[in-house]
Amino acid sequence: MTDLKPDTGAFFTRDRTWHPPAYTPDYKTTVLRSPQRALLALDNTLSEITGPVFGHAILGELDNDLIHNFARPGEAAIGERIIVHGRVLDESGRAVPDALIEVWQANAGGRYRHKKEGYLAALDPNFGGCGRCITDENGNYRFRTVKPGPYPWPNGPNDWRPAHIHFSVFGHGFGQRLITQMYFEGDPLIWRCPIVRTIPDRRAVELLIAPLDMANTIPMDARTYKFDIVLRGRRSTLFENRLDGN
Amino acid sequence: MTQDLSYLKETASQTAGPYVHIGLTPNASGITGVYPADLGATMLNDRTKGTRIIIRGRVIDGGNAPLRDGLVEIWQADAAGLYNSPSEPRGGADPEFTGWGRCACDGDNGEFIFHTIKPGRVPFKDGRLMAPHITFWIVARGINLGLHTRMYFPEEMQANAEDPLLLRLEHRDRMKTMVAQGEGKDSYRFDIHLQGERETVFLDI
Ligand SMILES: [Fe+3]
Repeated sequence: MTDLKPDTGAFFTRDRTWHPPAYTPDYKTTVLRSPQRALLALDNTLSEITGPVFGHAILGELDNDLIHNFARPGEAAIGERIIVHGRVLDESGRAVPDALIEVWQANAGGRYRHKKEGYLAALDPNFGGCGRCITDENGNYRFRTVKPGPYPWPNGPNDWRPAHIHFSVFGHGFGQRLITQMYFEGDPLIWRCPIVRTIPDRRAVELLIAPLDMANTIPMDARTYKFDIVLRGRRSTLFENRLDGN
Repeated sequence: MTQDLSYLKETASQTAGPYVHIGLTPNASGITGVYPADLGATMLNDRTKGTRIIIRGRVIDGGNAPLRDGLVEIWQADAAGLYNSPSEPRGGADPEFTGWGRCACDGDNGEFIFHTIKPGRVPFKDGRLMAPHITFWIVARGINLGLHTRMYFPEEMQANAEDPLLLRLEHRDRMKTMVAQGEGKDSYRFDIHLQGERETVFLDI
């Protein structure tokens, strides 16, 4: 069952001890890019409670198929074929339908299609590295891609990113806006990564690691990973002051 | 013992990294043919109500360098002060205005630009009107959790002086970090400073 009433309540306060702090010097780029003053805390207003919601009509047929959405006709991206699926929920455990999920990733060799990318791994002419999908009425989403490769990056002398997919998520309010990364079960690079380690709580990291989902794997075709996403929950509006009252 | 509250924890944020443009503005980053256009590139059309404005700016780091790999999104009300969102309890926003824009910082000079309209005033929780403002959200490599701030308008001195959010600022001189500068008619500059003396006020909201 989904709640079809539009959500109009304020969001639960964001737990900023759960998210990575802004200043995490082992991830060196944060040193000059982290605000140093206290944030101004304020209960949500309509400016955060509302947000853009995208209709399924924006989606093209191959938007959720990174194996083919950049490939030449009749060709396909090279790499381990995988499906990523999951649910988008809020902190109250309610499904979030119509959530826009945009993903981007390196190719199977760990190389991004970007002019500033310096890694010597080869570009795949059939892989662009972006895709998107929108959750259904039960909050479910899925897309198909190739498993991205790990890659080295200039931070410490020998830092490697674990295999990961970047996720951008829109719920129904701009205060829910979230960008995160999904990691893969069993990757030994996860716990060595300075970006993963910006997150203070081990449990929060574990929730970014997608397990292999053999039950939903397609035999002779693609393995499946399951990645559930939780957005901020909303307070009930029942007893709140009316906007035009008081 | 009591029952468990059983709320889920929000998925932890991770940096958008250096290649956020691939995912969110692929056409602008040279990956064409996947989507017909980048989302958020166009906010309005000929039928949109309201005064057309242009906002330019940069996101500037603690070394005074503009971010060239950043990404900025804005969210705002229409000319009548209504949000084009199912969560807008008052309904009735201008259907010809999305209210949402997205722009990759330029790869050379770091500049972002939005062609939009001037928003109307939106009520605060208690019914007082907020000054016209635009919500900004900034992500980039080195930003672990997206940053929220607001842009207010320099010509709205009276409305700004009674804005419920601006009134909460303990250090009044920081208010100017949230007010754009006029750059000729209907054109504004809003530079966002991540650190330093001019650090922008960011919101926990
Ligand atoms: Fe990456």
